[in-house]
Amino acid sequence: MSGTKDMNLTLKIWRQKDQKSSGKMVDYKVNGISPDSSFLEMMDVLNEGLISKGEEPVEFDHDCREGICGMCSLYINGEAHGPDRAVTTCQLHMRKFKDGETITIEPWRAKAFPVLKDLKVDRSSFDRIQQAGGFISVNTSGNTQDANATPISKDNADKAMDAATCIGCGACVATCKNASAMLFVGAKVAQYSLLPQGQVERKDRVLNMVKQMDLEGFGNCTNTGACEVECPKGISLENIAIMNREYLKASLTKEE
Amino acid sequence: MSVLDSKIPEGPIKEKWTNHKNNINVVNPANKRLIDVIVVGTGLAGGSAAASLAEMGYSVKAFAYQDSPRRAHSIAAQGGVNASKNYQNDGDSNYRLFYDTVKGGDYRSREANVYRLAEVSGNIIDQCVAQGVPFAREYGGMLDNRSFGGVLVSRTFYAKGQTGQQLLLGAYSAMNRQIGKGKIQMFNRHEMLDIVKIDGKARGIIARNLVTGEIERHSAHAVVIASGGYGNVFFLSTNAMGSNVTAAWKIHKKGAYFANPCYTQIHPTCIPRSGDHQSKLTLMSESLRNDGRIWVPKNIDDVKEIREGKLSPTSITEENRDYYLERRYPAFGNLVPRDVASRAAKERCDAGFGVNGTGEAVYLDFKSAIQRYGKEKALVIGNHNPTDAEILEYGEEVIEAKYGNLFQMYEKIVDQNPYKTPMMIYPAVHYTMGGVWVDYNLMTSIPGCYAAGEANFSDHGANRLGASALMQGLADGYFVLPYTIGDYLANEIRTGTIPTDSPEFDAAEKDVTDTLNKLISIKGTKSVDYFHKELGRVMWNNVGMARNEAGLREALKTIREIREDFWKEVRVPGTVEGINTELEKAGRVADFLELGELFALDALTRNESCGGHFREESVEVDGEQKGEAKRDDVNYKYVAAWEWTGDAGKAKLHKEELEFNNIELKQRSYK
Amino acid sequence: MKTSIARKVSMALSALFLMVFLLQHFAINITSVFSSEIFNDLSHFMGTNFAIQYIMQPILIFGVVFHFVMGFILEIKNKQSRNIKYVKNNGGANSSWMSRNMIVSGFLILTFMGLHFYDFWIPELKTKFIEGDWTGMIEGEKGLRYFAELQHKFVSPIRVGIYCVAFVFLSLHLLHGFSSAFQSVGANNKYTRALSKFGVAYAILIPLGFIVIALFHHFNHC
Repeated sequence: MSGTKDMNLTLKIWRQKDQKSSGKMVDYKVNGISPDSSFLEMMDVLNEGLISKGEEPVEFDHDCREGICGMCSLYINGEAHGPDRAVTTCQLHMRKFKDGETITIEPWRAKAFPVLKDLKVDRSSFDRIQQAGGFISVNTSGNTQDANATPISKDNADKAMDAATCIGCGACVATCKNASAMLFVGAKVAQYSLLPQGQVERKDRVLNMVKQMDLEGFGNCTNTGACEVECPKGISLENIAIMNREYLKASLTKEE
Repeated sequence: MSVLDSKIPEGPIKEKWTNHKNNINVVNPANKRLIDVIVVGTGLAGGSAAASLAEMGYSVKAFAYQDSPRRAHSIAAQGGVNASKNYQNDGDSNYRLFYDTVKGGDYRSREANVYRLAEVSGNIIDQCVAQGVPFAREYGGMLDNRSFGGVLVSRTFYAKGQTGQQLLLGAYSAMNRQIGKGKIQMFNRHEMLDIVKIDGKARGIIARNLVTGEIERHSAHAVVIASGGYGNVFFLSTNAMGSNVTAAWKIHKKGAYFANPCYTQIHPTCIPRSGDHQSKLTLMSESLRNDGRIWVPKNIDDVKEIREGKLSPTSITEENRDYYLERRYPAFGNLVPRDVASRAAKERCDAGFGVNGTGEAVYLDFKSAIQRYGKEKALVIGNHNPTDAEILEYGEEVIEAKYGNLFQMYEKIVDQNPYKTPMMIYPAVHYTMGGVWVDYNLMTSIPGCYAAGEANFSDHGANRLGASALMQGLADGYFVLPYTIGDYLANEIRTGTIPTDSPEFDAAEKDVTDTLNKLISIKGTKSVDYFHKELGRVMWNNVGMARNEAGLREALKTIREIREDFWKEVRVPGTVEGINTELEKAGRVADFLELGELFALDALTRNESCGGHFREESVEVDGEQKGEAKRDDVNYKYVAAWEWTGDAGKAKLHKEELEFNNIELKQRSYK
Repeated sequence: MKTSIARKVSMALSALFLMVFLLQHFAINITSVFSSEIFNDLSHFMGTNFAIQYIMQPILIFGVVFHFVMGFILEIKNKQSRNIKYVKNNGGANSSWMSRNMIVSGFLILTFMGLHFYDFWIPELKTKFIEGDWTGMIEGEKGLRYFAELQHKFVSPIRVGIYCVAFVFLSLHLLHGFSSAFQSVGANNKYTRALSKFGVAYAILIPLGFIVIALFHHFNHC
C-alpha cells in the first residue's frame, strides 16, 4: 500500500439517458479517494454519493473486476482503459492519477457500439462476428478423438493461446481512429488458423467473419498500431497480418 | 423414508452411468425441435449445456445478465481442469480421481455422482481440444499437465493462467455456432426473476430485459439453472460483482430444495483488502504456496510498528518470525489444504498479528525460495562461488519464470514489489459447494427444473479440490445433462408449445412486477450496497471461516433485522424502466438476505466440522490432533436439503443419507 | 473491392507500386547532380520510349489516382465508423502522428503533385502531343532540353521551398506507409520486421535525396 493521502478529483462524465437521447458531459466532484482504490471503486464512491443525494448513479459496465471478463469499458482521459498499460479499467488504480486532477470519462465510441446509457455500450456486434464463423464445428459426443491424437507444436499452441487471450472488451475498436475491429477478429482467425482442428473451415471462417465485421459498420484498419498498445491483453498486431493473409488466400482459392 | 429420491442407479459404481444411459428414455430427433429448453446462465455449465442441447436438436433459449455469454464468471478460473487421462503415466485412473474428490470433499458428496464425474472427465479434454481450446503443450506436441492442490498425480490440464477463460470461450464458440443456426436464441442482458410452474412442472421463466426494463415471459418444457455460486452473500469475495443467487433462490422458493448452503470454500491466497472502499477480492493461484513461506511477526510490538510504517518486514530477523503453518503442521507445512491454511491465518489475525492497516493480512515470503533457487541455478550454470547479489539475481529469475504474471498482478494492485518485500495475503470467499439439491439426473425437486455447475450441490461435498470446478461445470453441461434431460422430455413430446398467457404466467409476472415496484417505491435512506455490506459483515464474522453456536444464533437474528430494515429503508433511485443497475442489485441483495439466514441455519444445524465448514464445538479434544476439525460421521453423514416454507429461518430440513460403499471413511490429518 | 480487407490490400499494393516508382524516379533524378548528359539521356529514353510512355505511364497514372481516390474513400468510411467523436482523445499516447494523419500528409503530397505536374508533366505533354516535338532537343540549339528545364524550375526559392516542404510530408507519409503496406498484405514476420528498418531508411533517405537535388540545382544555378 502506498498509503499516501486521499485524493480529491473532478470528473467529467458522459451522461446519456438512453439509446435514443443525446447525451452531454457533466462535471462531478469526488473527495477522499484512496490512491489504493481501483478506478471502478472510485466510481462506486461517486455513485454512492449520487444515490444519497437522490440523483441517478452513473451507469457503467463491469463484472469480474479482475481484468478477465472484458465487461468494463471506459475511455479515460482520451485512452481506452486509461493511462496504464496492459490493464483493464477495473485493474487501473487511482495512484496513477494526481490529487486535484480532472478526469474525463467517456463510453467506447463506435457506430458498431451504440451507447445504451451513460457509459454502457452495446457490443453485441462482436458476438455476431463470432457467430458468423468464430468456432470449430464439432458436436459434443463423448466419442471425439483422443486429445493427444493430433500433436500440436508447442510454438503453434503458444501462439494460438496468445491470440486466444483476447477478452473481447472492445478497447481496440474504441482506441482505433477508424473504429476498426480487426485486432479482435484477427485474434480469433489467427487462433483457429494455427491449430489443426481449425483447418477444415479455415477459408469460410475468415471470409464470413470479415463480411460480418464489415456489415456491423466497423472501420478499416490503417495499421496505426494503437489497438496493440491499448489492448489489456497485449494481443499482437501480427494477428491482423495473419488475418489479411488468410483472407487473401481464402478469397483467391475459394471455389464459388 | 425421506422425500428425497436421489435416483442413483443400481449396480456396481463403475457401471452405473453406462447402464443408466442405456436404459433412460430418449427423444426422437424429429420431436426434439418441438421441445423448448431454457438455460439460465452461460458459464461453463450453462454454456456447454445450451450448446449441446441445441446440437442434439432441442430449441434452446439461453439467458445471461452480462452483455455476452463469454463474460460469465467461469472465465476467471486460473489454475486448470482435472481429468483422469493418465497421460503422465503416474497411475491416475477414474477411481483415483473419484477417490481424491470424495476424500477432498471430506466424505460429504454422493459416490455415484463423483464417479460419473471422474468417468466423463477425459471426454471433456477431448471435446475442448476438438473445439480449438489451446491447452498448454510440451515440446513434443502432447498436452502438458501439472499437479494441483496437493494431490499425488499430475492430472491438471491448463492454458497459461487462464484455463477458465479458454474453456468458456470453447463453450461460447459452440454456442455461437448454434446461435448462428438459430438453434439457440440468446437473451443477453436478461435476468431471470422467477420460474413458472404449471401443474407442478417447470414450464417457463419470467425475465427482465435489463436494457428496456420490460418483463418478459418465456415458456419451455424444461428449465436449466446454471447461474453459478452465491459467494457474494459475503459481499466481498472473488466472485464477479454481478454473481448472484437469484435464479437458484427463486426456484428454491417455488419448491426446489437447497442443499448444504453452509459449505463455502475460503481460499487462503487472496490479495488483502486495502480499505473500506474495496468492492471485491482478487485471488492468486495457490501454486504460490509451493514456494512461499507464510508468517507473521512473533512480537506484537513489531506488528504495531509495521502497521505504522516504521518497520519493514524484511528487517525482522528469523527468530522474531512466526511461521505458524510450519509450526502447527510440521508434516504439510505451508501446503496444508485451503481450509486449514485459511483458518490458521484468521487465527493469527484475530490474535492481533495481522500485518496491514486493516489487521487482516499475513506475509507470504519468497526470500527462502529465492535463495534456494539462486544457489541451485548458480551451480547449474557453473558459478561455484556466487556472490550474494548473484544468488539473489538468479533466484529472482527462477521465481519470475514460475510466477511472473502473479507477481506482476500483485504489484499492479498493491504497488509493492513482491520480489523485494514479502507479499501480503488473506483468505477470501471463493466457491460455494452448496447449492440447489439435485438427483442423479441433475433434476431439482421441481419436475422439469434442472441445476448444473456451481449452482447445484452435487459433486464436491464439503470442500472442493483445486481444478475441479471447471471439470464439474463442463461434465454437467456437455456430458450429463444432455442425456438425463431426455429421460424427462421423452414424456413431453405431445405437450406442444406452451402458451404464456396462462394464469400461472400472469401470477408469476405480477409477483415480479410487484416486487420491483416495491423496491423502487420504498425510497428509504440507505443504499443497496449499505445493506449488502452489512450482510457481508455478519456473514464474514459469524458464518465465515470458523463458526460457533452463539455466533450463528446471533447471525440468524441480525440477518433477519438487516432484511427487515432493507425492506423499509432501501433507496433505489430511478424507475423500473430502462437500465437501472441499482434495481438489479436490490433484487439480488434481497435474495442474499434470505439465503444468508438459511446459510446460518444450516451451519447451526450441522454441529460437526467438515471440509470448509468448521464448527468450534466440533474439534479433537486431545492427542496429536488437538484443536483440529472433527467430522461426525455418526450424526451428520447426510446432505441437508432445505425446503422453503415461506420464511428462510424456518426452512424444513430433509436429510439424504450418504452411503459409502467404495471408499473407507477417514479423518483428515496434516500434522 | 467490396470488403475492408480487399480495400486495404489494394491500398497497400498500389502503395508498394508507387514506392518502386519513387525509387526509380529518384535514381534518374540523382544523376542530374553528377552528370547532365546521363540525366538527359535517361530522361530522353523515359520520355520517348514506347513501352514507358504508353504502357508504364498509364499504369502509373492509374496507380496514383487509385491510391488517392481509395485513400479518400477509406477516410470517409472510417470517419463514418465513429459517428460521435470523443470529447478528449489522446491519440499520441498509443500511435505515431504519421500513422494517424496519412490523409493529411497524403493530401499535401497530392497538392504538391498538382504543382509538380504543372511544372514538368503538362509542359512535356504540350511539347510532345500538341506541338508534336519528340526530338527532346532545345529549340534552335544543340543538346537535349531536360537538364536545362530542370535547372530552370529550381530558380525560384519559393518553388524550391514548396518542394522541400512537400518532401518532408512525403517522408512522414512513407515513415508509416512503408511498413504499413507490408502489414496490410499480411507480411508480418521476422523478415518484414528486419525490412521495417530498411523502410525507415527509405522513408528518410529518398525524400531527403529529392530535397538535396532541388537545393543543389537551386544553388548551383544562381
